[in-house]
Amino acid sequence: MADLRNTFVGIKSPNPFWLASAPPTDKAYNVVRAFEAGWGGVVWKTLGDGDPVVNVNGPRYGAIHGKDRQLLGLNNIELITDRPLEVNLREIKQVKRDWKDRALVVSLMVPCEEENWKTILKQVEDTEADGVELNFGCPHGMSERGMGSAVGQVPEYIEMVTRWCKQHSRMPVIVKLTPNITDIRKPAQAAHAGGADAVSLINTINSIVGVDLDAMAPTPTIDGKGAHGGYCGPAVKPIALNMVAEIARDPATHGLPISAIGGITTWRDAAEFMALGAGNAQVCTAAMTYGFKIVEEMIEGLSDWMDKSGYSSIDEFVGRAVPNCSDWQHLNLNYIAKAKIDQDLCIKCGRCHIACEDTSHQAITNMVDGARHFEVIDEECVGCNLCVNVCPVEDCITMEAMNPGTIDPRTKKVVEPTYANWTTHPNNPMSVREAAE
Amino acid sequence: MTELNATPDVAAGRLKTEEYADNFSDLHPLLEPHEAYVEADRCYFCYDAPCVQACPTSIDIPLFIRQISTGNEIGSARTIFDQNILGGMCARVCPTETLCEQVCVREVAEGKPVKIGQLQRYATDHFMNARDKTPFERAPSTGKKVAVVGAGPAGLSCAHRVAVHGHDVTLFDARPKLGGLNEYGIASYKSVDDFAAREVDFILSIGGITVETGKRLGEGLDLAELRATYDAVFLGIGLSGVNSLGLEGEDKDNVIDAVDYISDLRQSQDLGTLPVGRNIVVIGGGMTAVDIAVQTKLLGADEVTIAYRRGQERMNASEYEQHLAQTSGVRILTWAQPHAIKGENGHVSAIELERTAETEDGKLAGTGEIVTLPADMVFKAVGQTLVQSDLNGTVAPITVERGRIVVSDERQTSLPDVWAGGDCVLGGEDLTVAAVEDGKVAAESINRALSA
Repeated sequence: MADLRNTFVGIKSPNPFWLASAPPTDKAYNVVRAFEAGWGGVVWKTLGDGDPVVNVNGPRYGAIHGKDRQLLGLNNIELITDRPLEVNLREIKQVKRDWKDRALVVSLMVPCEEENWKTILKQVEDTEADGVELNFGCPHGMSERGMGSAVGQVPEYIEMVTRWCKQHSRMPVIVKLTPNITDIRKPAQAAHAGGADAVSLINTINSIVGVDLDAMAPTPTIDGKGAHGGYCGPAVKPIALNMVAEIARDPATHGLPISAIGGITTWRDAAEFMALGAGNAQVCTAAMTYGFKIVEEMIEGLSDWMDKSGYSSIDEFVGRAVPNCSDWQHLNLNYIAKAKIDQDLCIKCGRCHIACEDTSHQAITNMVDGARHFEVIDEECVGCNLCVNVCPVEDCITMEAMNPGTIDPRTKKVVEPTYANWTTHPNNPMSVREAAE
Repeated sequence: MTELNATPDVAAGRLKTEEYADNFSDLHPLLEPHEAYVEADRCYFCYDAPCVQACPTSIDIPLFIRQISTGNEIGSARTIFDQNILGGMCARVCPTETLCEQVCVREVAEGKPVKIGQLQRYATDHFMNARDKTPFERAPSTGKKVAVVGAGPAGLSCAHRVAVHGHDVTLFDARPKLGGLNEYGIASYKSVDDFAAREVDFILSIGGITVETGKRLGEGLDLAELRATYDAVFLGIGLSGVNSLGLEGEDKDNVIDAVDYISDLRQSQDLGTLPVGRNIVVIGGGMTAVDIAVQTKLLGADEVTIAYRRGQERMNASEYEQHLAQTSGVRILTWAQPHAIKGENGHVSAIELERTAETEDGKLAGTGEIVTLPADMVFKAVGQTLVQSDLNGTVAPITVERGRIVVSDERQTSLPDVWAGGDCVLGGEDLTVAAVEDGKVAAESINRALSA
């Protein structure tokens, strides 16, 4: 059986599945239940200093549902922990003492004053927690007070605070990034420059999940008003995957450990993030939807997949997909694929036809010899993959690569065996050409 | 030996009151909202959807299902009523398993079609509970007068659509209540809570329809006079004659036309007062045979046998209906035709059935082998006929072929001002939904003729 033991910035855990800093890690009761269920580690819900924050007393969450009320996206307006700091510190200390083999990282958010950070770091160190995560991500509430994403959106602040933390603590420092920025590489570079041991991402995305059309107010509605919140859950995974890959590919941050967060629900989600360079995986929404037991599926699923794929330890596949993350300009323009419909699997719903007919390239029939029949017209197919995506039957439509040397019926040109991309394409005014002379 | 059958074992009140209520409750209860949303989400919103093509009234099924899934039940029902104003009844009685649901791509793919019928009921029930009028707006009165004879599905559909176009309709029916087979024929558990009558009120809410009950064509209602009085006539008169078995002893007590008994059952205020035999034999293989068999079983009969002269696959009752009969405890005896009715003291006591087989040229022949089944009641469900004498009184006779009125694609008869639809016309499918389509098509044709 594959070895799931994980070491992330020196912090050991029996598996790479941590609970992210969020309501599930707000107090000892929950964290102990999580450890009993098998979670490898937790990031304790963000601590602040001064008087505890207060939360709204109405709804804190809103959701986007799919079929059969499957929860696809969750929005929240909860703030950092609203329990007294000393209670949290006492519980952290006790839990760490009782669960030495698990990772226990503490999330922090205090005002951007060196003294505030210095003080709280000392207090956390006394608990013997394994590390700290700097919450530069919360997009609601705290950001209005100059914390959370208000810091995460200014690389200079990130670098400054990170540097203080490294200076005033011997603990590993993980910087949690907000996705509510234009280029995720900049805050990651700033964290790196400040000496961060790792970055974790993504925090939640600014969002309004819906509008109550009777109340004419955003949902969830609190006494007739709504405020934007932070969006998470399966719906945000693609955004998080890209941001993780961006940092993993960036020469300036290449090799900087990444803790992946963003819609991780299954072992496969976690493996995908790890393939893109994440050293471990943090989970929140899936646990909030199904409870802590899901970690059993994650552990066994990842282990089974690793066995099947011949990986004996996690390090063997972390980052393996990073070299294949390319830019558009470097994709092979000589690669030509055509959609192919398996007539035995086709149930004749016609969605491929109407999607192609109305919105793409008119490359799929709907009627052949007077009968409903859906077939790709190779002369029109540009290989866009839309039909594959809208087909309700798995593997019914596939993209088949054309063999070099054959003729593409659409362009009537030979499929070239060589690699050629946009940078050398004659239509590209910036193309790199051989010197004329 | 005669003592056992000295009196027939036919009795009312075989069950407790609550058992009647339970047995005759809704066959498919209304979907709960969440059930409906989940089911609606299963629809793929197919392009050029096979279900629409399979629906005799061409309801835009993917659209109405999508409207359910977006929480727009009223709009969904409007989509249904646009094509089929009796969408509520059709949702209950359509053999969807041989129409829309048979061709649903999910049936093809996984053997589990989207429950189109139940979703249609969900939408139409929602509309009819929320609104008391049809979604149609009546055009200004044209002053033209149209007679619709027969207030079954064909007549109701035609009357509604003709009224929508602003013509004034007089709707005649022989019975005291409108609805035709919806009111008097359909099995109780398919139309509970007086739905047929509620649907009639819903249809009449369009306005411009004058109802005259107790008027039967051929009895005080004369086609020639109607033609003289009205600008157009629609005949939706159904099949009021009943086929007989042609056997000796058929006149004995408790040898009954199934449609008559079903009509009594439908109109009964207290099912406990309805006499039912202990041993029952039903002759026939169609929906009526299943309806009478299942309902007598539900009334407390012990042994109910449907005797059909060919194999089960040839029965006109759908496979679903056959299963319904069998899971209700009805025995389907195939390859058996009625041979003789035995009786004592003027009432039936048994029926002799002759085994049948197909000859090499595909014809049916008796084998001579006789099976005798004890029977306190024998129901005849061997088809209904058009009573052609009802059509008399017109100078130019309407063309009738194979016992049915001949109509064009527009449902126009051989008489230019007379249209017809439903079970009485040739080529009909004996389906409620087909009758509704006939009425709709005829109404549009009548409107074109009157507007020309």
